[in-house]
Amino acid sequence: MTLEELNNIKKEYEELVMVRKVVKEEGEKLAANTGYRKQVLVCGGTGCTSSGSKKVLAALDEALKENGIENEIHVVRTGCFGLCSLGPIMIVYPEGSFYSQATPEGVKRIVKEHLKEGNVVKELLYKETVKDDGTIISLSETNFYKKQLRIALRNCGVIDPEDINEYIATDGYQALAKALTTMTPDEVIQEVLDSGLRGRGGGGFPTGRKWMFAKASKGDIKYVCCNADEGDPGAFMDRSILEGDPQCIIEAMAIAGYAIGAQRGFVYVRAEYPIAVNRLSIALEQAREKGFLGENILGTGFNFDIEIRLGAGAFVCGEETALMTSIEGNRGEPRPRPPFPAVKGLFGKPTVLNNVETYANIAQIILKGSKWYSSMGTETSKGTKVFALGGKITNVGLVEIPMGTTLREIIEEIGGGIPNGKKFKAAQTGGPSGGCIPAEHIDTPIDYDSLLAIGSMMGSGGMIILDEDSCMVDIAKFYLEFTVDESCGKCTPCRVGTRRLLQYLDKITQGKGEPEDLEKIEELAQHMQKSSLCALGQTAPNPILSTMKFFRQEYVDHIYNKTCAAGVCKSLIKYEIIADKCKGCTLCARNCPANAITGKVREPHVIDTDKCIKCGVCMSNCKFGAIRTV
Amino acid sequence: MADKSLPEFKGTPEQEKKLLEVIEQNKDLPGALLPVLHEAQEIYGYLPIEVQQKVADGLNVSLSEVYGVATFYSRFSLTPKGKHKISVCLGTACYVKGADKVLAEVEKKLGIKSGECTSDGLFSIDSCRCVGACGLAPVMMIDEEVYGKLTPAEVDKILDKYIAEEGGSN
Repeated sequence: MTLEELNNIKKEYEELVMVRKVVKEEGEKLAANTGYRKQVLVCGGTGCTSSGSKKVLAALDEALKENGIENEIHVVRTGCFGLCSLGPIMIVYPEGSFYSQATPEGVKRIVKEHLKEGNVVKELLYKETVKDDGTIISLSETNFYKKQLRIALRNCGVIDPEDINEYIATDGYQALAKALTTMTPDEVIQEVLDSGLRGRGGGGFPTGRKWMFAKASKGDIKYVCCNADEGDPGAFMDRSILEGDPQCIIEAMAIAGYAIGAQRGFVYVRAEYPIAVNRLSIALEQAREKGFLGENILGTGFNFDIEIRLGAGAFVCGEETALMTSIEGNRGEPRPRPPFPAVKGLFGKPTVLNNVETYANIAQIILKGSKWYSSMGTETSKGTKVFALGGKITNVGLVEIPMGTTLREIIEEIGGGIPNGKKFKAAQTGGPSGGCIPAEHIDTPIDYDSLLAIGSMMGSGGMIILDEDSCMVDIAKFYLEFTVDESCGKCTPCRVGTRRLLQYLDKITQGKGEPEDLEKIEELAQHMQKSSLCALGQTAPNPILSTMKFFRQEYVDHIYNKTCAAGVCKSLIKYEIIADKCKGCTLCARNCPANAITGKVREPHVIDTDKCIKCGVCMSNCKFGAIRTV
Repeated sequence: MADKSLPEFKGTPEQEKKLLEVIEQNKDLPGALLPVLHEAQEIYGYLPIEVQQKVADGLNVSLSEVYGVATFYSRFSLTPKGKHKISVCLGTACYVKGADKVLAEVEKKLGIKSGECTSDGLFSIDSCRCVGACGLAPVMMIDEEVYGKLTPAEVDKILDKYIAEEGGSN
């Protein structure tokens, strides 16, 4: 592959991909040149695949053939669009019609009425894109996308992740070419340093500094690693990038290899992500075929190749030293630092290890320059951050926002608010290492330092929204159960500390908490923070400490009053029938597994609290809202 | 180390041949143990001590090292799994939407606990941390199929379908 060949591929495929990026009218002009009247993009990410996008694709193929238009329509299976709760998602270009929750039956209609006859099937469109007067707005104008800024996700949901040509068409490998042919390794590092990019895995260490240290380390063998062991439950940013745009990670790792003087790279990815692993393997093969990996890349004499290593379900392997120990074929236990990986990392050699999302920014930084990148974001947090928005929020999905966007904008505008008329209680960021942002801090700008200042952390990007039905003591317990499971057991503060903390929380949620427990928890937490070997143990107390800070009253209620206001902690609640609302339909009594409900037909029923096992079946079955917890 | 509660190891010569090939292909790879164990589990469905011994011999490492690694990672299983592997997601997004009730319903329905396999070998239950289908929370996977937006009643229906397919032998 030469530069000229690279640019030729770009020219050949540019229009095909541009149809999906420009406004309607221009898109129509472009479409005329591509040989396809229309393009249909179907999301093939994990979320949409789970909600049936394979069946949608099959129905689409069949319907296109039935209508005899299979040669006029170009079908592309892309990565994640972001709006996972509305999957399977399908977009038709050049119009940009956004169909949500597609079904095989719906697809048949869309093919006939829209693709063949040219009439958009309005009632199957995402309802936010159809205004009250019937006019259709583009996806970028909807609340979900309006405030987003897509850099790391720029190709997700736009290109076919299994076709390197489409990546090349969107400036793919131009950054590698620029770095190899016009920049010295030091200039590459300086550019990354000046951009202000910080590690997106959660730590927030300046990426350029990491590279600088690794370059300065002496040694003829060095490694570049990519951390794709996304273990934080409820986070799927890295998976979506690997599924939607795997080439951008390969390009960035090659750039890092050039910068620090490494010839080999490893991607450590969760085995639980089969689609991501598969697409990454295909991408690696295509990159090798085209000569972006291998020897004498772009004729510059630079050699670099990448290997995939699969994780095996250990959360601690997301910690950098544990990850390297695992690649080496051992139990994934962390090692003391120093020595830092930049000095002595994988197989004892200087190593740069960055997270997937961090790499996803690199090519753009090299191509557009550090000034462009650092113009976005806040003073100390530059660029954008991807979040996996989940929990009690209307628009569950993947969002990318400029640093400094407030939590309120994310929840109320992008996220579409809390469903079922419930009240926002807190946002949990940073998973088992992070904390909660309560409603009173909803105007906090999202950046590394503002979140630390209020006792939470950026984390890798999981953001779980909690409403009034969530008990904060129970949430803290959930995370502690997780860290107890995932503590590797190498150091005592973490192995024993997490268990002791969980015992306290068990006690408290069972109504056996004692006043001095809170002080004991705080003291133990401090010891763990100071003396655990790795970040897993050091940050394990965060979910408790932050909920104790912002929701201390809930702990007090559980301990002193033996009540759980959210009605979650079973030992502390009772189910009760509201006589005024009960119609005597007998549904609850018939479904009660403990036969604890009695009453005559058409008369209010009663729950015998001695027999009640608090399973909640009655409450979820009652059509009149006549059962409550007290 | 031999556990009496484990079923007798019934590896076939074909499986052994495949395993030896995998070992041969990987034995010079730095850090070969994990990739080989992944493949071994793919071949046998689990990692009984007999298989671990073969891996240890093939890679020239001690059995204790193989055992140490096999027991460290939750994806490696030392006991056989059911014909249908049920995996209930207990990630945060699913948890706040009632995943614990889903798991309880599966356990109740099949009469086994998470981590166990039914005596007829048809179903095994595990919990997992996030399959990344948070938009559909709460979810569970049966084999490769993901079921989303679950309620206990829904779980019941889905399992009935599988039980009926297996001739109601559960």
